[in-house]
Amino acid sequence: MTEVSPALRILPEILLTVTGVLVMLVESVLGVKTSRKPLGALAIFGTLATLVASVYQLQLPAGTAFFGTVQSDAFSVFFHLVIGGIVLVTLLVSLDYFEGHSSYVGEYYALILFGAVGMMLMTSSVELLMVFISLEISSISTYILAGYRKRSATSPEASIKYFLLGSFATAFFLYGIALCFGATGSTNIYEIAKGVAGGASPLLLTVAFGMMLIGLGFKVSLAPFHVWTPDVYEGAPAPVVGLMSTAPKAAAFAVLLRIAYGAYGTLAHVWMPLIWILAILSMTIGNLGALTQRNVKRMLAYSSIAHAGYLMVAFTALAPMGIAAASFYTAAYAAMNVGAFAILSYLSGFDEKRTNLSDYAGIARRHPVAAAAFAVFLISLIGIPFTAGFFGKFYVFTAALNSGNAWLAVIGLLNSGVAAFYYLRLLAQMYMVTEEQTVAPDNVHARPAFVLGVAILVLAVFALGIFPNRALRLARAGAATFAAQATAAQNISAAVLPR
Amino acid sequence: MLNASILTWLTFLPALGAAVVMLLPRRGRAPQVFTLLLTLLLFAMALHLPAHYDYHQQQGFQDELNVPWIGNPNIHYHVGVDGLSMWLVVLVSFLAPLGVLISWRVIEDRKSEFYALFLLQQTAMYGVFIALDLILYYAFWELSIVPLALLIGMYGRKNGRAAAIKFFLYAFIPSALLLVGMLWLYAQTGTFDLVQLQQQLHGWSTGSHATGLWLTSLAFLLAFAVKVPVFPLHGWLRDGISEAPTAVAMILAGKLGLYSLLRWHVALFPTEAAHIAPLMVALAAIGILYGALLALVQTDLKRLAAYATLSALSFCVLGIYAFTTASMDGAVYQILNESISASAFFMLLGILYERYGTYDMAQLGGVAAKMPRLAVLFVITTLSLIGLPALNNFVGEFLILSGSFQTHARIAAVATLGIIFSAAYMLWMVQRVFYGAPSAHVTGLVRPDVNWRERAALWPTVALMIAMGVASLFWMRAIDLTVPAMAPKIATAHTAFDARIGSTR
Repeated sequence: MTEVSPALRILPEILLTVTGVLVMLVESVLGVKTSRKPLGALAIFGTLATLVASVYQLQLPAGTAFFGTVQSDAFSVFFHLVIGGIVLVTLLVSLDYFEGHSSYVGEYYALILFGAVGMMLMTSSVELLMVFISLEISSISTYILAGYRKRSATSPEASIKYFLLGSFATAFFLYGIALCFGATGSTNIYEIAKGVAGGASPLLLTVAFGMMLIGLGFKVSLAPFHVWTPDVYEGAPAPVVGLMSTAPKAAAFAVLLRIAYGAYGTLAHVWMPLIWILAILSMTIGNLGALTQRNVKRMLAYSSIAHAGYLMVAFTALAPMGIAAASFYTAAYAAMNVGAFAILSYLSGFDEKRTNLSDYAGIARRHPVAAAAFAVFLISLIGIPFTAGFFGKFYVFTAALNSGNAWLAVIGLLNSGVAAFYYLRLLAQMYMVTEEQTVAPDNVHARPAFVLGVAILVLAVFALGIFPNRALRLARAGAATFAAQATAAQNISAAVLPR
Repeated sequence: MLNASILTWLTFLPALGAAVVMLLPRRGRAPQVFTLLLTLLLFAMALHLPAHYDYHQQQGFQDELNVPWIGNPNIHYHVGVDGLSMWLVVLVSFLAPLGVLISWRVIEDRKSEFYALFLLQQTAMYGVFIALDLILYYAFWELSIVPLALLIGMYGRKNGRAAAIKFFLYAFIPSALLLVGMLWLYAQTGTFDLVQLQQQLHGWSTGSHATGLWLTSLAFLLAFAVKVPVFPLHGWLRDGISEAPTAVAMILAGKLGLYSLLRWHVALFPTEAAHIAPLMVALAAIGILYGALLALVQTDLKRLAAYATLSALSFCVLGIYAFTTASMDGAVYQILNESISASAFFMLLGILYERYGTYDMAQLGGVAAKMPRLAVLFVITTLSLIGLPALNNFVGEFLILSGSFQTHARIAAVATLGIIFSAAYMLWMVQRVFYGAPSAHVTGLVRPDVNWRERAALWPTVALMIAMGVASLFWMRAIDLTVPAMAPKIATAHTAFDARIGSTR
């Protein structure tokens, strides 16, 4: 096997970092009044290059670099593509979002790019300390982005809340890493796997797993670590919510998959009950919470908690199938959720004047195309066939059922029945209420970049819902490389064990 | 080559048409004209099915197409028709142009959306009838809920939104259990294909999978029974029908659920279906009487129609679960009859509403003197609905009742009362609305009689009522070829009797 240059293993991250730095440099020489759109275009170009680089990585044999800290394989490429796609669309839909607020747009693009570097690095790290560093990179940029509507009261509050609770949660994660190191003598996923199989203290390992689960559970807003979610989503700017409700979650799920199946594969009987409980709690609390919300952003926040719960159902399935189902679900969820928030940002504008359910009354008449796109995303969130949401749920629950978790599937699917109600209420509000009670006269105009971004998402929702084969094959390839390495690690440990 | 692709064309042309409608100019009559032409084309295409149907092929499906859709899990695009579904596909195609004609002037607001959703709904219905792969079937089944709910909510009367949400949740939540059942079947067998499932599930009812199979069959049954609806699950029906615009009320209840009961419950879980049959037969009898009695006391025409529908559909359920040749043939025939007669009835009610702006019987009266042509059509439709001999419903109901007498004599006797009640509420309604002294409301308004467009929508249904009443064999050939074979084989006690009936027919 020819040696692969280490730089190629992190090529997407390098490209993103360079673009981010360029954006920062150009920003500083631009005049105060100058439009920042070229910076956005630059960022979009960099993201496209990153996506190409990720696809290129598929040609490399799976392997590690930088002393076994990063690994590029089909699994990491899958998540790179998901995160890159989210970032690309977020940049497209927010290109015109800051019109008239140009003084601080430059950093916005840079922050998104740097955040994406962290998230992407999370998905390819196989070394927990590396995971921690990249988690921090991604978190810090999202903390700032959450507070981006500086002049409003809610946005800085959201930022502070997210920052305080987020730091607390990362501390848990770090503590988990420390305990893991204590139990196995390493922070490398494969070394830990050897330790786990080789009889390191199960108690210590379980506590460590629990700690890491709390840290990551916070990031993906699993109940009962979800309390920050509605407040932060309500305060943060809508395009940013679209980003932070999907991309960091995708990254955190990738890490959780690596830890659960990669490092802790042999302790599945210990962590599965934990995941069971979190899945049921998240689905139920998320959906019941969303039922009572009058604010659309808060409603979608609770719905994102529920979706994290559905995703956790995949974790209760056996290795390759569960990993593939979870990966596919991440992609499907990203397409529809980013879309929902993009439309939300479009309809309510920078000052978020349209966030209550009643503000959407009869909006389908005034904005038929935007409403139709919103309807597509909501229908996909409900999980109607021929949309991404259906196959996402389908694979997750198939995986659970094939592993003998019939009752979890029943609970989950009944939950999705409850969920249908609140999505439907919004749909009904848009299409079936005639009286218009718009707060302010609309002056929203669809810009080409925004239209392109939403069109990409609508296409993705239908593509994943009608022809999911290609995405699924990649997800399964990712799961397979992964499982192969896990078994290899176990074989090594089996050889070591008699000693 | 056409045989293999005709079903696919039928199914996806309306969806394509829906996209085209949205792009057409919104002003003028472009959406109507386009949708009418497309639905007429689809009807002509659908007639290809009975014209080229092989009436000697007893087993399996015709016009079949089976290609892999998704590799893993193993989902196929497998479509085909047999004697059960062939006429249902034609029925859907027949009703669609009528629905367009009757909505022609009624739907003026958000017209493009209406016709687009209407066409999308047609795609979903075709899909349900032709899909032979569980997931493909489920996809269309779920898809059928969305346009219907939107149509009810957007174009309904005053409480359309509440009715739409109610309908959606009633249909969607049991479908979640249906999906769990399907996934369980796949986990056990590794296939979603109807034919393969039937083979593999053979003998499971007594094996180690007995409990799972039983629960799965119940999940299937529940989802379908809600959609029919069967008696205690009819909560959505009254509001759904009384809020829905005419073209939607015509397709809202009945055929999708009844077809699914036969294809995916009785034929897939014969043993379980036989076990639960007594309950279903009893519920059907209750539904027949309950619907008829409630129809008697309604003052709102649409609500009367809703309860009459419940009663009429319960006859079909009775026929299916009585499991005799005559009753099952009758039930499937009755699905067609009920759809045609009830559609005519809804169209007539819609015309009345368009003229007089009310469904309240107290405000109507003596309409016959004002609109003699409408009265003629109305009376014929009413007579068809109450099962007058020589009209279509008589054949279906007679077969159902005579068939169920063999297995459930007492219940069938009770159900027969439903026919008497139906005559009572229907004729009483006709008397109150059309005859007697004209009411102040009716005399106050000068309204034209049925126009050419409405006649074009109504006369085909009336013609079919008569044709299907006197020449039932034409339709029965295909039905009789496949449907009785779906009955569970364990009902051996009755097969000898059935054989005698069959030989005399």
